Amino acid sequence: MKTARLWNIWIPTFAILAGLLIGAFIMVIFGYNPVDNYLSMFQGAFGDINSWGATLSDMTPLIFTALGFSIADSAGFFNIGSPGQALVGWLAAVWFALANSSLPGWLLIPGALLMGGVAGALLSGLAGVLRAYFGTNEVISTIMLNYVALYVVNYLVQTQLAIHHNDYSKTIPAAARLRTPFLEQLTRNSTFSYGFFMALAAAIIIFIVMRFSRIGFEIRAVGLNPTGAAYLGINSKAVIIRSMALSGFLSGLGGAINGLGNYENITVSSALPTIGFNGMAVSLLAGGNPLGILPAALLFSGLSIGGLNMSVVSNTPPEIVNVIIPTIIFFVGCNYAIRYLLNHQIWRKRAADHPAEAAQTTTFKREVD
Amino acid sequence: MKKALATSATALAIIGLGITLTGCGHQSTANGEKTKSTTHTVALVTDGGGIDDKSFNQSAWEGMKAWGKEHGLSKGVHGYNYAQSTSNSDFAPNINKLIKANYKTIFGIGFNLQQTVSDAAQANPKTNFAIVDAVVPNRKNVASATFQTEQSSYLAGVATALSTKTNRVGFIGGQKSAVISTFQAGFTEGVHAVNPKIKVDVKYAGSFTAPDKGQSLATAMYNNQEDVIMTAAGGTGNGVFTAAKNLAKDGKKVWVIGADRDQKSDGAYKGGNVTLTSTIKNVGSAVEDLSNRAMKDQFPGGEVLKYNLKNHGVDISRDGLSAQTWQKVQAAKEAIISGKTKVSDTVK
Repeated sequence: MKTARLWNIWIPTFAILAGLLIGAFIMVIFGYNPVDNYLSMFQGAFGDINSWGATLSDMTPLIFTALGFSIADSAGFFNIGSPGQALVGWLAAVWFALANSSLPGWLLIPGALLMGGVAGALLSGLAGVLRAYFGTNEVISTIMLNYVALYVVNYLVQTQLAIHHNDYSKTIPAAARLRTPFLEQLTRNSTFSYGFFMALAAAIIIFIVMRFSRIGFEIRAVGLNPTGAAYLGINSKAVIIRSMALSGFLSGLGGAINGLGNYENITVSSALPTIGFNGMAVSLLAGGNPLGILPAALLFSGLSIGGLNMSVVSNTPPEIVNVIIPTIIFFVGCNYAIRYLLNHQIWRKRAADHPAEAAQTTTFKREVD
Repeated sequence: MKKALATSATALAIIGLGITLTGCGHQSTANGEKTKSTTHTVALVTDGGGIDDKSFNQSAWEGMKAWGKEHGLSKGVHGYNYAQSTSNSDFAPNINKLIKANYKTIFGIGFNLQQTVSDAAQANPKTNFAIVDAVVPNRKNVASATFQTEQSSYLAGVATALSTKTNRVGFIGGQKSAVISTFQAGFTEGVHAVNPKIKVDVKYAGSFTAPDKGQSLATAMYNNQEDVIMTAAGGTGNGVFTAAKNLAKDGKKVWVIGADRDQKSDGAYKGGNVTLTSTIKNVGSAVEDLSNRAMKDQFPGGEVLKYNLKNHGVDISRDGLSAQTWQKVQAAKEAIISGKTKVSDTVK
């Protein structure tokens, strides 16, 4: 047991180091200094309060989209729709804030966030209904709904929210902002907002809901074995719709917080927001565990924010950075492969050296798997 | 739970490394301090496309490089640099990092950066900012550079109307937006100014980075007897060139009108060239101009600068136009510059 825990720390560390090493190798090949660049990467992500602000701000929407993805995933559904759900959430929140600009902040912010969440839930709930009653594959329906969301949102921004032929809406009223002068001063004008604390709270709530509540149990039961769940008396159709809606609610909330906290307006976008797809990667990296999503999101945002610094303070082109960062993530992502290889190696070696210990190692192996 | 532990360990490792490394990072960041700090430094933030997008990010970067060369500066913190945004969420961190690296003038390339530039300008009153294709109001340290591309597109429309044999022409836009609408509006008006009977077929690819869509749209349009297609679609326009070249190789007479830069070289194929003309949007010279003014402490902060035919902010290239057509285009250009012709910037 103790060895297993140790390995749980060692393997990801090894994965990160391997990723950094390959990244360094790439930089050396192209004639850039890896030591300087990694230093500026770490400084860019965690070097001072402004960098911390940017990193935490960047991870905020990722936590929401990752949580959303993990819930649908627990129920056995691959919700690819989080980019679209985040986008409609963003639109709904900004729209609500602009339309009700006279409301006080304590009403405006919850109202806008709720609108964002509901918009996301409606979109994913649609895919849920199609799945529950018509057996439509949710991967196809959510992918297609992403495009529906993108073009409908662009249309609405252009026709309803844009100010004189521009491609962006007005800025949200000050009362709806999730950033405050205090936070801006504290983090020296990063986009860090109170949304971060909401994200932390959401992760804890979802953890509790999934572990200890009835709906959490039902979702997991359906995910493990839909037929078995039906024998337990679980209405699987309702659970499918609920889990998809909850998943979309969280993604929509992520988009809403991104809109109110980070951008403070909405623009015509040429592509779906990256928080959706990155959120899926974060969730998969965390193995779907709501609390594991926090460090996984931090890793993602730290690398991406730190990576920006590499090309700003040196003449390393961003293209090189864009090769290195995914390389590192790739290695972290395949830490299960590394684990598998190491396990087999150790097991075989031990079995040969000390046959008596082999039995014990088998237990350890099962523990890790 | 184990998985959670594993990932927390991952993150801890990263943070740990971050702390230890930043602790000893002071020496290495100082590796370029030989150069004197009196030089002016400039940087740009791209809007999602790369600086090799064959469109306006590239144009902006080329302008910045030319400016740097002119003043003997090199790429990096003591000269000029660019920060690439892979998504909108990179805008603010990119700008903040440029500010921290002490770049004196920072350009936001594209309307998407409007809000970010506005916020950053308020928080950093000592840094100059410039925004391209959008207007940032009420900030004394932001210059807004807008381009009256409807004027150059009008000229492209005139050239098109004089060159078409089928009296059917096309327009392929990237993302439908106010900026691209100015191209569409000017083009249509120019075509109809010469011959109101010409049919203008307007299509949007919905993206600036989808050459495959550009190619299939263009092929369909050329097969529909449209013999000139005007593009205003960034990278998507490359697909239009591919389609035109393929058809031209088969002996069909088709033309493309390039956008943003002189795209003559993109239209060349063995045996000819499909580029009729290009509408030029001199983002690069705007960047160069603003960098120079900033260097001389004459940065036009708070102003909205309109780049048009008159001040060579937009223009049209001759490429494949016949002498006769070129002459008529020049006449139309004079009429716009003198104010005799007024071109609307919105689609009717």
